[in-house]
Amino acid sequence: MECQRCHENTASVHYTQVINGKKDEVHLCEKCAEKEGYMDFSNQHLSMHQFLTSMVPLDSAFNKSQSIKPETTTQCDYCGMTYGEFRRKGKFGCSHCYESFSSYLTPLLKRVHSGNTEHVGKIPKRIGGNLHKQREVENLRAKLQEAIQTEAFEEAATIRDQINQLKQELEEERKGGEA
Amino acid sequence: MSLQDFIDDAISPWLNDGGEDNDIVLSSRIRLARNLDKVPFPTSGKEEPLEKVLEYMEEEFNGQTFNGFKDFQLAKISDLDPVEKRVLIEKHLISPNLAENERSGAVLISKNEQVSIMVNEEDHLRLQIYYPGLQLKKAVDTAFEIDDWIESKIGYAFDEGKGYLTSCPTNVGTGLRASVMMHLPALTMTNQMNQIVPEINKLGLVVRGIYGEGSEALGNLYQVSNQVTLGKSEEEIIQDLTSVVRELIDSERKSREWIVQQSGIQLEDKLFRSYGILSNSRIIQSKEASKCLSDIRLAIDLGWIKGISKTILNELMVLTQPGFLQHYAKKGLSPSERDVFRAKLIRERLTLEEEK
Repeated sequence: MECQRCHENTASVHYTQVINGKKDEVHLCEKCAEKEGYMDFSNQHLSMHQFLTSMVPLDSAFNKSQSIKPETTTQCDYCGMTYGEFRRKGKFGCSHCYESFSSYLTPLLKRVHSGNTEHVGKIPKRIGGNLHKQREVENLRAKLQEAIQTEAFEEAATIRDQINQLKQELEEERKGGEA
Repeated sequence: MSLQDFIDDAISPWLNDGGEDNDIVLSSRIRLARNLDKVPFPTSGKEEPLEKVLEYMEEEFNGQTFNGFKDFQLAKISDLDPVEKRVLIEKHLISPNLAENERSGAVLISKNEQVSIMVNEEDHLRLQIYYPGLQLKKAVDTAFEIDDWIESKIGYAFDEGKGYLTSCPTNVGTGLRASVMMHLPALTMTNQMNQIVPEINKLGLVVRGIYGEGSEALGNLYQVSNQVTLGKSEEEIIQDLTSVVRELIDSERKSREWIVQQSGIQLEDKLFRSYGILSNSRIIQSKEASKCLSDIRLAIDLGWIKGISKTILNELMVLTQPGFLQHYAKKGLSPSERDVFRAKLIRERLTLEEEK
């Protein structure tokens, strides 16, 4: 596809604009795009990918003079999705994105999940290992606290014994692992 | 069992099995979102690895039986015609989103239709299980068993801190969406739903109409489900949802009593008129049909109409959707033809009840 403006170079910048339901497509070469003010290429050469993600409205509306924020170009090393792309789609590209974008995710997760950021539910059997036991210790501790508060001391004693038992098992597993 | 059988029976066999508070709670559903490790999500648009996921699922699970769930059959979206797809959507066995994935989308359905596993929807796997009435605990326990069964053959994407990793951040953690389908005619009639819904939203739960758009709930059928999936265990999520549902059941029962006390004869008149419309109309739109079906169901619950099966509401709500109507008519129908067929189908269904 040739550039709509100079009709000489190949169009490498494709821009779709929808205003009041009316769709406009613009296909330009880099030079013309710069002249038309679609993008400021003067400071650095941008890859197509970065160009697209810079169009992601991070704060409010698209602002052509806005410099690219580093977070939009942070990329998942596994699937190649950038954080900007994720922001636009609202969906991750693969399970590794969680780690690649981890530094930006906490506020988002808090907003979506009533302030929570840590998983406390089911654990896959295969991955679990002693994580299952650790979780159980945590759960039992919470129950112990509750029992003490409601002065159910007999129950508290039973729970305490269970915790000790689990801790001992965890300790033995750890030693076993070292040997 | 062929796919045809799934589609021919509008009413999934599991729906007839009763369950707690089934005069108000029609069904309980558990959905678990799961993904495979080291494979891009379906949302990535990378088709090749997704086709491999489909192949693997077909090889490992097609024709399999797990505990009481017999003979899982895999149906590829690309093998279904448009009416078949609509019918599966109307039965809530697949989502509209999955129906669009012609390349790698598929669904595994157990013989009794209680369990469906969507392949390459938004996540690699979406396991769904239905129970009649209010049975969330049982549903989640069974879902876990099936989850463990699948996991014995597949490595899930899981992180110690974030839990089950999902394509959308709104599902991460447990990947659990628990929902309950409720018939709440009295709360709707007395305009209480408008006040109740925002209160429920504050608790991290969502209420919406199952059929119809926006705030409108056709047939007075509502779905109540959890929103938060991270930082709460599955047990807590179920407990929170169950306690809200119980309160709703309680309020609905009280409202029904109140209406009967205040204006019993007017209500009886209204409900029987609806019965009259459904038994006699020759043309009926889905909105009116839904309203009348809800009325009949309420009259059955109140003991005013006898000899008609309770499941008639759920059943006809599904049967009178466009997909099923066209399946029934064995041809494509224009909207006005559908209204004629809908009236005919409802009349026939009611006659069937009377003859029993």
